[in-house]
Amino acid sequence: MATRVVMEALSPTMEEGRLVRWLKEEGATVVVGDVIAEIETDKAVMELAARADGVLRRRVLAEGATAPVGQLVGVIATADEDIAPLLGAPAPSAPAPSAPAPVAAAFVVGAGNGDRVRSSPLARRLASERGLDLDAVAGSGPAGRIIKRDVEAQVATQRSVPAPATALPAAAPPTTRRSGAVAPAAAAAAAGGPGDGYRDVPLTQIRRTIARRLSESIGPIPTFYLTVDCDMTRVAEMRQAMAALDDSYRVSVNDVMLKAVATALARHPEVNAHWLGDRIRFFERVHIGMAVAVDDGLITPVLFDADRKGLRQLARESRELAGRARDRKLTAAEYTGSTFSVSNLGMFGIEAFTAIINPPEVGILAIGAVEPRPVVLDGAVVVRQRMRLTMSCDHRVVDGATGATFLRTLRQLLENPLLMVA
Amino acid sequence: MIMTYRDALAQALREEMQRDDRVFLMGEEVAAYQGAYKVSKGLLQEFGEMRVVDTPITELGFAGVGVGAAMVGLRPVIEFMTWNFALLALDQVVNAAAKMLYMSGGQFNVPIVFRGPNGAALQLAAQHSQAWESWLAHIPGLKVVTPATPSDAKGLLKSAIRDDNPVIVLEGEMLYNTRGEVPEGEHLVPIGVADRKREGTDCTVITYGKMVLVALQAADTLAPQGITLDVIDLRSVRPMDVPAIVDSVRRTNRAVVLEEGWEIAGIGAQIVDIVQRECFDDLDAPVVRVHQADTPMPYARNLERAAKPDLARTIAAVKRVLYVEA
Repeated sequence: MATRVVMEALSPTMEEGRLVRWLKEEGATVVVGDVIAEIETDKAVMELAARADGVLRRRVLAEGATAPVGQLVGVIATADEDIAPLLGAPAPSAPAPSAPAPVAAAFVVGAGNGDRVRSSPLARRLASERGLDLDAVAGSGPAGRIIKRDVEAQVATQRSVPAPATALPAAAPPTTRRSGAVAPAAAAAAAGGPGDGYRDVPLTQIRRTIARRLSESIGPIPTFYLTVDCDMTRVAEMRQAMAALDDSYRVSVNDVMLKAVATALARHPEVNAHWLGDRIRFFERVHIGMAVAVDDGLITPVLFDADRKGLRQLARESRELAGRARDRKLTAAEYTGSTFSVSNLGMFGIEAFTAIINPPEVGILAIGAVEPRPVVLDGAVVVRQRMRLTMSCDHRVVDGATGATFLRTLRQLLENPLLMVA
Repeated sequence: MIMTYRDALAQALREEMQRDDRVFLMGEEVAAYQGAYKVSKGLLQEFGEMRVVDTPITELGFAGVGVGAAMVGLRPVIEFMTWNFALLALDQVVNAAAKMLYMSGGQFNVPIVFRGPNGAALQLAAQHSQAWESWLAHIPGLKVVTPATPSDAKGLLKSAIRDDNPVIVLEGEMLYNTRGEVPEGEHLVPIGVADRKREGTDCTVITYGKMVLVALQAADTLAPQGITLDVIDLRSVRPMDVPAIVDSVRRTNRAVVLEEGWEIAGIGAQIVDIVQRECFDDLDAPVVRVHQADTPMPYARNLERAAKPDLARTIAAVKRVLYVEA
C-alpha cells in the first residue's frame, strides 16, 4: 500500500523543516526505520525514517527546500503501484499524522494508534536516561505497553554484550562484602537522582558544527583520549598511614580514585555532563558510575553525590555495590543516573587502556596499575609509585583543553591528597 | 500503653478539658447516657453539666449554638451521633463555621471541633452507612482529619481542640473497639501530616481512616508473595500531605488509592490528580482506585459486602498496577 512520507515534527517546537539531503535514491528499497533523509529543524539536523516498507518511489521535496510539518515530501510504495492519487492529494492542514478519532474511540484501548510506541512515562524517562531507543524495546504491558521492567531487561541485555577488546572497561577492586553495610545514602540519592540540580545549555552553532563534523569522522561518539601520568607516592603514604590507625581506615587505590575524581568533577562541571542530541546537560551533582565486572559482562553501579562523601563512606559503598552487582542484586535505580564513569583495570596489572564512553555521559576515566617506575626528579633518576590515567572524551562536548584542565586538577589532587579535604 | 480507640478519644477529651476550661462537649446522649458509643464515659461526673451538655435531637440547632459559643471565645467540641445525622447541620458547618473568619475580615475565628463516627458499620443500610469526607474536605475553611489508630485518634483530637479554626474529626464505629499503643504523656499529632504505616518498595497504597486497616491487611497478605506495599496513611484529608504522597510514589512508581466512599468526586480523585501532576515521569502504570460501589449501601449482608471496598479488591488493584496476573 502506498504511504505518504511527510515532514515530521522532529523537535517539540518545530513548525517547518529544511530537507538537507536525501539519503535514498528514487527507486531504492526501504524498510521501516531506514533513515531516508536528513531534516534540519529549528534545533538540529535530525533523521527522517521510513514508516513503511517498500520502494522510495518519489522524492517530492528537493534538497535544500523547506516544508511545513505535515506536508508531503515523498512517497513509499510497491514498485509498480499507481501513486498518482497520492501525489495529487492536497497536503493535510493538520500536522497530526492520524485523523482525529471520534470522542468515543478515545476510550477504546488499542484502537487506531498505528505504529505509535506505547510506554509508561517512567519507561520513557529511564530509556532517555540510558540513551535507549524505545523502538528497540519490546513491551510486556497491556496492549504492548513498554514498562519499567522491559527497559531494565533491555539495559541488562545491552550490558552483557561483550565490549571490543581494545577498550574493555571493567572490574572494581576485589571486595570482602560486609554484611549489613547497605548504604542508605545511596538509596536516598537514587530517589532524587539527576534531574534536580542541572543546567541545560542549547547547542551553539560552533558546538553543533563540531558535533556533526566529528561524528562523521569517527563513530556516533567522536571520542579522543588524553593520558596523564601521576605520582602516587603520597597516596601510598596516606593509605599506609590510614591503615596503621585501624582496619576501619583501610582504603583501596580505587577508593582514593573515586574520591579524587568526584572532587575534580565538582570543580569541573564542564565534563560532568550528558549529551542529549539537541542540548548539553551540565550537572551540579556528581554521580559516579563504577564499572564492575560480572560473570557474563559488566555493569556500572552508581555512587550518588560522590563528591559529598568521605573516603571511608565511598570505600564502604563501592564495596557493597560491587558485591551486589556480582550477585545480580542491584535495582535499576542503583545503576542508572550516573553523570561520569570510571573503569579500573589496575588490579590486573594493566598499565594503561582506553575505556568506552557510557552514553549519554561525555567522559570515562580508565585507571591503570600503580607501579614503581623510574622517573626523572630534580635531574636524577629515582623510583616512584606511578599510575597512568586515560580519559575518553566526547568531543561534541569536551574539547582537548577542557579535558586536559580536568586531568590537571585530578593529578594535582592525587599528588597532593590533602587537597581533597582542602 | 495499649488502649482502645474509644478510650484514646476519651483521654484526649479529658486531658484537653482539664487543660483549658473553655473546652466543653455538647451533643445527643453525651452526658447522662455517657455517649452513644461511650466516648464521653465519666466526663459528666468529672466536669459537670455546664461542660458536658445533652442536647435535643436538633443537629442544626446545637451545631449553631457551638459556632456562636466559639465566636465569643469558648472552644466547643460538638459530637454528632453519626455524620449521617450531621447532614442536617451542614449549613452551620459549611456556611457559618467554615466562612466566619473570612467573612468577618478576620474578626471572628471559630475554634470548634465537630466529631463523630463516619462511614459504614455493619448492616445500617443506605441512610446510615455513608462516608462524608469528600463533602467536608471540599470546603475552604475546614480541616478534616481521619484517624485510623488509637494513637492518631488521641493525638489528632487534641490538636483539633487546640486549633483556632473549625476541625472535622471523622471517627469510625468499627474503629472504636480496635486497640493499639498510645504514647504516654502529652501526645499531639500535627494536622496535615501523613504517616507511613508500612514501608515497602513495590507499590504505594494511599489511604486514610478505617481503610488503613484494609491496606495493612493487604500488605500482610502480599508480603509472602514477595510484594511489599508502602502504606501511606494520610491522617488528614485536608490539608493533605502532598510531599508524603509524592515521595512514596517516586520510589515505588505505582499507586493504588483506597477510600471508603464513592468514586465520583471522591478524595481518591484528588489524590490521583496530585500523583499525575507531580509524579508523571515516575509512573510505570496508571493509578488505580478502590472505593465503594456507585450505589446506596445495600442492607442485605451479602450485597453490603459486595458494595464495600475490601481486601480482595485492594489486592486485585495492587496486582493490576504491578502488571501481575491476579
